[in-house]
Amino acid sequence: MARTGSNTDTVRSETPQTGSDAGRLLRACAHDGMAVRIVGAGTKPWGRPGADCGLCLDSAGLDAIVEHNAGDLTAVLQPGVSLRELDDTLLHAGQMLALDPPLGAGEAATIGGVLAAADSGPLRHRYGAPRDLVLGVTVALSDGTLAHAGGKVIKNVAGYDLAKLFTGSFGTLGMIVEVALRLHPRPRAQATAIGTTDDPGQLARVAGALAHSSLELQSLDVYWEAALGSVLARFGGSAAAEQADNARTLIESLGMQAATVSDDEPLWAAQRAGQRSLEGGAVVRVSGRPSQLDDVCVAAQVAGATLVGRAALGVSWIALPPAAPGELVTAIDRVRMVLAPSPCVVLDAPAYVRSHLDPWDQPEDSGLVLMRRVKARFDPTATCNPATFVGGI
Amino acid sequence: MNSPDTATTTSLLPGHSPITPGLVARMRKICGDEHVYTDADQLRTYESDGLLQYKSTPGAVVLPASTAEVRDVVRACADAAVPWVARGAGSGLSGGALPVAQGVLIALTRMRAVLEVDLPNQRIVVQPGVTNVEVSAAVGPTHFYPPDPSSQIVCSIGGNVAENSGGAHCFKYGFTTNYVTGVEVILADGEVVTLGGKELDHPGYDLLGTFVGSEGTLGICTEVTLRVIPVPEAIKTMVAFFDTTSEAAEAVSEIVSGGVIPGAIEMMDNLTIQAAEQAVGAGFPTDVGAALIIELDGSLAECEACFDDVVAICERNGSLSIRIAQDDADRAAIWRTRKAAFAAMGRLAPNYYVQDGVIPRTKLPEVLARIAELSDEYGLRVANVFHAGDGNLHPLVLYDGDAQAEDAEELAGRIVEACVDAGGSITGEHGVGVDKKRYMPRMFDELDLAAFQMLRCAFDPRGLANPGKVMPTPRLCGEVPGPYRRHPLERDGVAERF
Repeated sequence: MARTGSNTDTVRSETPQTGSDAGRLLRACAHDGMAVRIVGAGTKPWGRPGADCGLCLDSAGLDAIVEHNAGDLTAVLQPGVSLRELDDTLLHAGQMLALDPPLGAGEAATIGGVLAAADSGPLRHRYGAPRDLVLGVTVALSDGTLAHAGGKVIKNVAGYDLAKLFTGSFGTLGMIVEVALRLHPRPRAQATAIGTTDDPGQLARVAGALAHSSLELQSLDVYWEAALGSVLARFGGSAAAEQADNARTLIESLGMQAATVSDDEPLWAAQRAGQRSLEGGAVVRVSGRPSQLDDVCVAAQVAGATLVGRAALGVSWIALPPAAPGELVTAIDRVRMVLAPSPCVVLDAPAYVRSHLDPWDQPEDSGLVLMRRVKARFDPTATCNPATFVGGI
Repeated sequence: MNSPDTATTTSLLPGHSPITPGLVARMRKICGDEHVYTDADQLRTYESDGLLQYKSTPGAVVLPASTAEVRDVVRACADAAVPWVARGAGSGLSGGALPVAQGVLIALTRMRAVLEVDLPNQRIVVQPGVTNVEVSAAVGPTHFYPPDPSSQIVCSIGGNVAENSGGAHCFKYGFTTNYVTGVEVILADGEVVTLGGKELDHPGYDLLGTFVGSEGTLGICTEVTLRVIPVPEAIKTMVAFFDTTSEAAEAVSEIVSGGVIPGAIEMMDNLTIQAAEQAVGAGFPTDVGAALIIELDGSLAECEACFDDVVAICERNGSLSIRIAQDDADRAAIWRTRKAAFAAMGRLAPNYYVQDGVIPRTKLPEVLARIAELSDEYGLRVANVFHAGDGNLHPLVLYDGDAQAEDAEELAGRIVEACVDAGGSITGEHGVGVDKKRYMPRMFDELDLAAFQMLRCAFDPRGLANPGKVMPTPRLCGEVPGPYRRHPLERDGVAERF
């Protein structure tokens, strides 16, 4: 997950072939006081650059689709399975994993990395985040233990939900060595209504109206760049085109120019791409509220950045253009100041930037104290991805 | 039935103390005399939750009215090393709110305020004692809160959060955990922690996700922020009747795999139909093998596009007749029949024992056949009602009095085992509590349980919050394995901790 931009280039790398292998390697490193960097395809070099690691634990050897239970709409995967490969497999059954984050260079992103980083794409509007799709996990801990939690049925409340704990933990608690996921039927057809405006207030109003309408949206995004914005409402299902027409009517009724697009995949590929920066730029993920969408657009515009937003969720990605690292730090600080107290997490950014500010924007509060206690219980030797996460975890 | 492990569940663990007059006095000072009960008559009300088979009398019941009062009560308990159990409406079906004998029961029933309705952001902030239906009422008629346990008229949001409650509409819309965006929690040491908020994706570990469904063992939530969503444009409800549950199960599989995600898809078998029809009189035929309630909701265009498909699938799989709800009253009658299923069992037998197993949906015919076999073997009738979309079974083992109680419990246990053997779970929405903890080793080995305990110990190292629940055997936390070690880079000033 954090291969690029961290100090792992010359480090010994191991590619365990089984979960037990991963556990043994972690235990040996913990015993020797050696830090371990757990990586997938290395498409998301996020977090603090962290410490020098003695070992790079690579999920490439754990790349099996263990089960695809088509009738039950579930799958069990090893962490090194690439989302692209999985999608090709599920396509034949008319199914999908409703998780469409940017896949990175060579479309190499792995399920382990996407879960560890809790990354997602436009489908999150309807189907939720990785946390909402994970049914169970098996993890290797730094004491060598293999533990599993959850199960592989879509409804289950037995035991603690460690699957959610490990989702988004950036490999700091251990290595996910197997995961069970909920799948969904692939929509029969898709269509998008798109509206454009140069007024961030109008953009926010129209996005709000769509979010509160009884239209059943698959995705609801906004885009903002250089004083021009668009709202995109995508529908999936038998009546996708009809629903997109209804959405277009709604958008037009609010005074915005609109159109419907049936061959809409390029629009959404662009939205996904907007969650990443160009080389030398930076991305700030804003956890805001839908009602402040216009403020976030303005903050992006002032910073000379582009913005992609999941309008109904309040989550936005501000992509700052390439600049000298010092200037990026200043620009990020300014965005944070304007949008405070909304958490603004830095994702893509040069290592200099990620080590000169707290990428996580996490205050010293009782929640952080509790997170440190969780880390101390699961990884008492601070073996797994040390000093990369919130509060230096 | 007094299960043998009731005693170990409700008695004090090593390091825990019984309630003292000093603690009672302190709680009276915090909450007022009238909100601390110690009389035997008052305590009796609280000795069981919705699962009446288990009983235990607490040392005192306290009813705090605010976050500050809860915090102070929890701190007082921590100072006195007295364990406590949080309780909402007491409608839980796993004994999750069963008191610890001589411990404190903290009832959240006075914390019933809707604190904020924020429709522009599709959020509502409530205290834990607010009932499930009150949430939908507060955001209606434009919005609603999807998780809808059958007990929704009485059950509280605090309890829903503790149990990660489900309901009929969860197959499409998700469970409580998918709708809680923030909680304010009092940890067992009295620390107040806010997890999440109105915004999504707060930085750090998803402790919110681990807290929801933790059955009151990680702390007490005193404030809950929930996501609510717009009401669907259209709802179409139908009931298809079949000769056998297998045919109905086939129809379910075909509907779901065909790309239709109904708002709800619920099955009742013949015994359940008989009981519910007697109770509600909605006109369900009582001589059929299965009733399949299918509700399509969403945009009118999408509902209409799917409706004919669903009807055709039911007919192809042998449905005898299909009743389509003609109006709201008709729809309400259909749902009343489904939701009355548990309560109506009293018409068939004096007692019943309900299970909550989950199976992969494709294993439905196989597991139902196994349940029928077991029913014959024990000579006890089993009625089946279930959330068919997500494979969550509620077999109701019918019995008559104490003489049959032990057999009924054993049969129920074997049904749970059949679910686990089919690749499923011991509980889909009722929780483990005390009732199912003995089955936990069927799903989780010692290492898994040890990992659960790591989480528990991070939140509550002294084990004062709802001890004796979830884990099959009570266990203590070891010492925290040393303070967080500074990394050499930090020590050298190369990296700074934020």
